[in-house]
Amino acid sequence: MADPNSLLAEALQAIQDSSDEKSLESLRVQCLGKKGSLTALLKSLGQLPVDERPAAGERINIAKQEVQQAIEKRKASLVEESLNAQLRSEAIDVTLPGRRQSQGGLHPITITIDRITSIFETSGYDVAEGPEIEDDYHNFEALNIPSHHPARAMHDTFYVSPGTVLRTHTSPVQVRVMEGGEPPFRMICPGRVYRCDSDLTHTPMFHQVEGLLIDENVSFADLKGTVIDFLHAYFEEDMPVRFRPSYFPFTEPSAEVDMGCVSCAGKGCRICGHTGWLEVMGCGMVHPRVLEMSNIDTTKYNGFAFGMGVERLAMLRYGVGDLRTYFENDLRFLRQFN
Amino acid sequence: MIFSEQWLREWVSPELETQQLIDELTMAGLEVDGSMPVARQCSGIVVGLVESVEPHPDADKLSLCSVSDGEESFQVVCGAPNVRVGLKAPFAKLGAKIIESSDAKPFKIKKAKIRGVESNGMLCSSEELGLEESSDGLLELHENAIVGEDIRSSLKLDDTSIELDLTPNRGDCLGMIGLAREVGVIARQDVVPLDFPVPIESISDQFEIRITAKDACPRYLGRIIRNLNLSSESPLWMKEKLRRSGLRSIDPVVDVTNYVLMELGQPMHAFDLTKLEGHIDVRFATKAEKLELLDGKEVKLAPETLLITDASKPVAIAGIMGGMDTAVSDQTQHVFLECAFFAPLAVAGKARAYGMHTDASHRYERGVDYQLQRTAMQRATQLLLAICGGEAGPITEAIGHLPEPNEISLNYNSISSLLGIQMDQEEVRDILGRLGFDFSDDDGEVLTVSVPSYRFDVSIEADLIEELARIYGYNNLPQTGGLGNQSLSSKPESRTELGQIRQQLVALGYQEVVTYSFIEPSLADTLFPDQPGVLLQNPISADMAVMRTSILPGLISTLKYNENRQSERIRIFE
Repeated sequence: MADPNSLLAEALQAIQDSSDEKSLESLRVQCLGKKGSLTALLKSLGQLPVDERPAAGERINIAKQEVQQAIEKRKASLVEESLNAQLRSEAIDVTLPGRRQSQGGLHPITITIDRITSIFETSGYDVAEGPEIEDDYHNFEALNIPSHHPARAMHDTFYVSPGTVLRTHTSPVQVRVMEGGEPPFRMICPGRVYRCDSDLTHTPMFHQVEGLLIDENVSFADLKGTVIDFLHAYFEEDMPVRFRPSYFPFTEPSAEVDMGCVSCAGKGCRICGHTGWLEVMGCGMVHPRVLEMSNIDTTKYNGFAFGMGVERLAMLRYGVGDLRTYFENDLRFLRQFN
Repeated sequence: MIFSEQWLREWVSPELETQQLIDELTMAGLEVDGSMPVARQCSGIVVGLVESVEPHPDADKLSLCSVSDGEESFQVVCGAPNVRVGLKAPFAKLGAKIIESSDAKPFKIKKAKIRGVESNGMLCSSEELGLEESSDGLLELHENAIVGEDIRSSLKLDDTSIELDLTPNRGDCLGMIGLAREVGVIARQDVVPLDFPVPIESISDQFEIRITAKDACPRYLGRIIRNLNLSSESPLWMKEKLRRSGLRSIDPVVDVTNYVLMELGQPMHAFDLTKLEGHIDVRFATKAEKLELLDGKEVKLAPETLLITDASKPVAIAGIMGGMDTAVSDQTQHVFLECAFFAPLAVAGKARAYGMHTDASHRYERGVDYQLQRTAMQRATQLLLAICGGEAGPITEAIGHLPEPNEISLNYNSISSLLGIQMDQEEVRDILGRLGFDFSDDDGEVLTVSVPSYRFDVSIEADLIEELARIYGYNNLPQTGGLGNQSLSSKPESRTELGQIRQQLVALGYQEVVTYSFIEPSLADTLFPDQPGVLLQNPISADMAVMRTSILPGLISTLKYNENRQSERIRIFE
């Protein structure tokens, strides 16, 4: 039988030499584990004569206890050492400059829509939204654009299925609001719209804000006042505004709105094509047929509608030349609006 | 539509500069898209008469000519193949200037020696005057041109081609007659009525016309013209008017039908009479019919397509394009002229369905005056006989179901409630009257208005009020600041507004982006294999073909885009 004392001495030395918790644990297993050296000694007690057993057992147990204590002591000191090392290594240099929390920013389209919305909200307009995947009825039919209508050629429509389109304007939202409520209505509908067209001045997706006011005794004069006031408020400038007869199937009379060029003050420059005027929106008195289709009593109510391109307004206000930059999302471009 | 200002001024000539005229048109709702001079700027070019032509002593292809400016004769070296004695051609005298473009230096005509022979001026081609892109000889002026007259006045070169971007409701302005009517109203001037000698019917041949589709074809006029000489050339004045209207001269028959198209807005078609069998029938296509069109394309005809057929076959798609087999060729001697009114609904959208767009379909879709066909037929016949000779038969007219003239009640009070002005009753009648509307009744409260046959866009009271507002001037109408009744609305306090969330993200350093709603199908598949997106039938490109089901793909693309541009710190949201 091996001598417990020599085993103990060896173990204590090894414990002292161990450098981390992992090797310490394996030493514990070596000595005290089920197949450990001291455990084996204990098992072999049975081979001793009966009278020697108690003394030998006691020696072995003392050795076990000593090993146990040595391991724990060593473990505690190792933990402390590693903690100290970690503290040393993670010491903070409080003299270093702090890491800044930078500000993000909103996209110019959002900034523009927010600005338009807040101007109209002060006049009691609600904000309405509707689906971007729209049925043919709401996008065309209910707006007095039957399937054969030449105006359909002006809308390069994306089709999802024969009767379902990506809305080509935000006007269907008006129809949905009128169908679902009772006049008077006073609302604007901002949102994404889609047309199958892409070049310097067209992107296949863009944004519109459409406005609608339905009430008793609304006249073209009210429309003019509203549009002019809005443009002056939006551009923070009292530039001249003119109305040109135009055509939209869903309004009658219809008008295109031009405003004096904000970059040359009407003298004529590259931006306004040397005319001094910038086309900014379309508008008109809501066509009686559109009101009738939405079950509005045309003997009592009438109203006006107007629609504008958000990108166009943003371009004019911020001097952006190429429409496509809005959707490239180059952070260097976007951060200029922060 | 492109038109020549001088042509318009033959009908009505308000005292307005070109730019003023353009502004007036735009402000009346006929938006002008652009304008350009019809010829190069030039001076010192006159009508020259070639008095003699001798071969150049030292060059095979050059001739030595004597050219008169009406007062003196000049020795000129000329290389054009068509130079001949008696020819009148533009003659640039010594010192003449031609400016090729606004930023180019003027090209000056100087005394020169060409292969050792002195040349005192230059005979010009249409290319040199800027009338054509290229030409292979001298511009041959009319025999009645006055020798010595400045070429700019002789050819009326002080003219502008004006391009109109007409809204689809104004089909009535797709011809000079309608445009002139409109300008007459704007400028408060009378319009010179169309006047031409009625052609003589010298033969009695007729070709039978049947109309099966009576709603789709309310009126069809036909006429036989025999013994045309199609080798004759359209006169310069006609070619020039067509050119200034954006139409190329082809042959006398096409030129005449195009001329009537531009003048009256009435599309016409000519068939080779000998290729037609039996009779004409206007009917819808039946199954499995095909037609080879003038542009060489063979189309399978859909059943809702309105056709012109003869006894055995389709010969044209009504209101869109004629067929190849029955087309007029340089062998043609006898033609059958067609002048019809097809209902807008019968033509609308059909050209687009076949991937076509023609001057005829453009007009029929918007509405052609259904009272105009006889005038147009006479006009075309007169022009054709004048150019090509020939003998015209009587006009055969077949009638289907003509539109009912539209009557609208206009309540005078509606004007003030819709426009916010009190318009004088007399002024109301004056404006509408000048636009061609008639009045059948007026009780001082309600005016009963009948709509002229060329105004397809006017059908309700609001349409009439728009006409009044348009001519009165939108900018002369008042404006108010009033917006009806006050309405206050509240927002549910429990709801977090999208704007608030955006602001929080911005405060955390995130930059908002706006990405397309359509994304690349493969990216959508990789990220969300179990969520099939909505596919577009006609995507603008293959990588924008499916609607997103998440914001993520757009953010990933944006991340990639910015990483590729050395952006170090990217925090984005949408």
